[in-house]
Amino acid sequence: MKLSPVAERRIIFTVLLFAVALPLVFPIGWTTEISEYTRIAYRLIEETDENKVVIISFDYDPSTMTELQPMAEAMIEHAFKKNQRVIATALWPMGVQMAEQAFDKVCSHYPDKERGVDYTNLGYKVGGMVTIQAMGRSLSDVYPVDNQNTPYEEIPMLQNVRRLRDIAWISSLSSGVPGLKEWMMVARDSYQVPVTGGCTAISAPGFFPYVNEQRQLHGLLGGLKAASEYESLIGRLGSATTKMDAQSIAHLLILIFIAIGNIKVWHGKKGRQQ
Amino acid sequence: MKHGMVLVFLFTITILCANSFHATDSPWDDGKAIDLFWELSPMTRQVSIHRLNENGNPVEVHKSTLAEGSFTDYGLEANTHYQYRLTAYFADDNLTLMADSNTREQWFFLRKLGFLLLLLIVSCAIIYYIRAARNGNEFFIRRIAGLDSMEEAVGRATEKGRPILFVPGISDLDDIQTIASLTILSHLAERSAEYNTELIVPCRFSMVLSAAREVVKEAYIKVGRPDAYKADNIFYLTDDQFGFVAGIDGIMLREKPAANFFMGSFYAESLILAETGFATGAIQTAGTAQAHQLPFFVVSCDYTLIGEELFAASAYLSKDPQQLGSLKGHDFGKLMIIVLIVLGVILEILGISALKEFIAGAVS
Amino acid sequence: MKRSLPLIFAFVVGIIVLISEFIPHRPFNQIVSTLENWFMIISGFAILLGQISLIRMNANKIANRLPDWQYHLAGLVSFALMLIFGLLWGMQETPGLMGDGQGISAYLGSKPFDYLFENAYMPLSATLFSLLAFFIASAAYRAFIIRGFESNLLMITAVIVIIGRTSIGTMLTGWLPESLSFWHIPNLADFIMEFPNSAAQRAILISAGLGIVGSSLRIILGIERSYLGGDK
Repeated sequence: MKLSPVAERRIIFTVLLFAVALPLVFPIGWTTEISEYTRIAYRLIEETDENKVVIISFDYDPSTMTELQPMAEAMIEHAFKKNQRVIATALWPMGVQMAEQAFDKVCSHYPDKERGVDYTNLGYKVGGMVTIQAMGRSLSDVYPVDNQNTPYEEIPMLQNVRRLRDIAWISSLSSGVPGLKEWMMVARDSYQVPVTGGCTAISAPGFFPYVNEQRQLHGLLGGLKAASEYESLIGRLGSATTKMDAQSIAHLLILIFIAIGNIKVWHGKKGRQQ
Repeated sequence: MKHGMVLVFLFTITILCANSFHATDSPWDDGKAIDLFWELSPMTRQVSIHRLNENGNPVEVHKSTLAEGSFTDYGLEANTHYQYRLTAYFADDNLTLMADSNTREQWFFLRKLGFLLLLLIVSCAIIYYIRAARNGNEFFIRRIAGLDSMEEAVGRATEKGRPILFVPGISDLDDIQTIASLTILSHLAERSAEYNTELIVPCRFSMVLSAAREVVKEAYIKVGRPDAYKADNIFYLTDDQFGFVAGIDGIMLREKPAANFFMGSFYAESLILAETGFATGAIQTAGTAQAHQLPFFVVSCDYTLIGEELFAASAYLSKDPQQLGSLKGHDFGKLMIIVLIVLGVILEILGISALKEFIAGAVS
Repeated sequence: MKRSLPLIFAFVVGIIVLISEFIPHRPFNQIVSTLENWFMIISGFAILLGQISLIRMNANKIANRLPDWQYHLAGLVSFALMLIFGLLWGMQETPGLMGDGQGISAYLGSKPFDYLFENAYMPLSATLFSLLAFFIASAAYRAFIIRGFESNLLMITAVIVIIGRTSIGTMLTGWLPESLSFWHIPNLADFIMEFPNSAAQRAILISAGLGIVGSSLRIILGIERSYLGGDK
């Protein structure tokens, strides 16, 4: 039976829809192996002392939150476990809401964590690299108030934090520009603050070269799989882990489609030869 | 008692003589950093360095357990005097040393010398070949199928009576890829005007909208068809990345353009655009310097301009000898980089890292 | 004059920005950030141009009852609604012209702007992005066909990386001893992504970088004028 390209596409989309949806409803529980890139990022946070102030920059918007939001939640939880104090910033306008959602979710498991003492959201600032450079000189100049209009000087956890060099590590979760690259270029190269981060799986190969001996990047979480790996490391069954089953099935299905495509072409070639 | 006092005296002298702390302006920078060096007795347990602000109050800038070390204090004001206090803690004693320095702006970033030299070499090569082209030298440029297909694409659109869609990327005018895409738009607009084919250009940013309108209008005037220019065909959609993609997908499905051009900077939406265009049966040409989006374009488009080809497009399409000459300069730059890579690998294997450090000074 | 002035401006500014990359002394160290601020200010005003274009184009299609005019109406209504809600009651902690809208926030659970953002915009945005999964499947079905040596290589690499990025890869070769850990599919996938893939990406980046240098030089020297609309 010869199918038109439109019909083939519809069949592919329908099968994929069910293949991805079913594992979300009926989880399989497959485990993933942890890559070295994820371990390096984990070790950076694990080996940072208590009470250190850290930055997580939410440089993405809702379109990529499926991959990046689990990373944010996992990193915040890891920082809270180590009693580190988390500053949320955003180089993308919607990153502010992403940060609030992540804090709300994690704080539901850590009710003792207090805004202003253990975490704060400084909000969004336009400017990308220029903003980061300005943060290198003075954080309070860039963020005179947090996203709830509390003056910088009145936030207890920021009393000894004047500029980027006072930060123990920075994690940029980014899905484009400005994002991880800008943080690397300014915070790591100019101010020697360790930078780690996460990105979508599509962008990850572009950042792998920066995870090198010079530690331009201290590890990288590339995509949902890496988010799931990080959740395993911190001992948390989060959203990334539950979604990995669906991703695994989807990948398997794509391989099956590739095989069918090849069989179809081979069959067509054989028919023409005959 | 006398013996004990002598020992304390000798101990104090030892500590004082063995210890030094000095501050100097960080060389070759914008005058916003001071280098601090200390050399203390091996009996040092901890070192704490404070900067004294204008009121004389100390602000801690560094802590260390090293008896000998250095630290750079960044984020200072240029051309300002700073005082530092080092406190060294011993087993049951401590020592305070002072140092001061002025920050000074220099006139050159020495650590960027390698970068400057490479840039000068490549730029000189480009200018040399431009001058050579101006003097009549002809240079061979290989065929770029994606650009040669432009005529075919416009012709096909004219035959079918369908419009042409041109997407100038999703970055603003400050991205060089957007400028490169507008130069291609200029040539495409001339062809469209000649063939009287409609050209649709959705834009993500208002600045790109203004520039695109100007480019298309001038192109139509150049070929003597100012009456055919429709400003409403070049329009703003939305600043939002996926809203923009949704809008373009809608245009492709409704207007069914016969030819799609995706030129410029693209991110995750590249496959959505290319696949939707493929489903409508349009002939598609894409060009981007975003390396991780290229595979998606290669799979779904008929022609793809890879990286450098996007920037070579204007020279290739205009056939201007000067611009073609500059492409030769790119080739020289590539040759130079190949030589440097091979040389660098050999030197690293031999354990000589001078070349790497000279060039890496640009990025560290 | 119409052409000469922009060309002179492009030359002078281009050279100054180029030089300021290497000179830390004032005023060069402030030039780039100043120009970026100017660009943002101009972009801010230029947004108005975009909004006018948007409203005009959609209004024209509605007024002339062109095909699918209803969708253009929906677009304009959505635009107006978000604008009005944002102006009247603000968003998050920022008040609007009518204050913080406690009444309507109590009814909806959040301010109207935030409500629409979280319940309409965010799901729509995530939906568009998730279309990628479907398109990757259809593109892979069409494109990964074994034809010759290169396509064989592509196929093998694709299979290894696709399996290696899932839990299945771990299960398939997890039994391999430590001495053969290189052939463990996730490790093989990481190797492919880290070495051949990175090498190819770097090569493209290097050539694109050279293209940017050449393109920028042509613009600075005034040889490339297409972005202004051509030579005349």
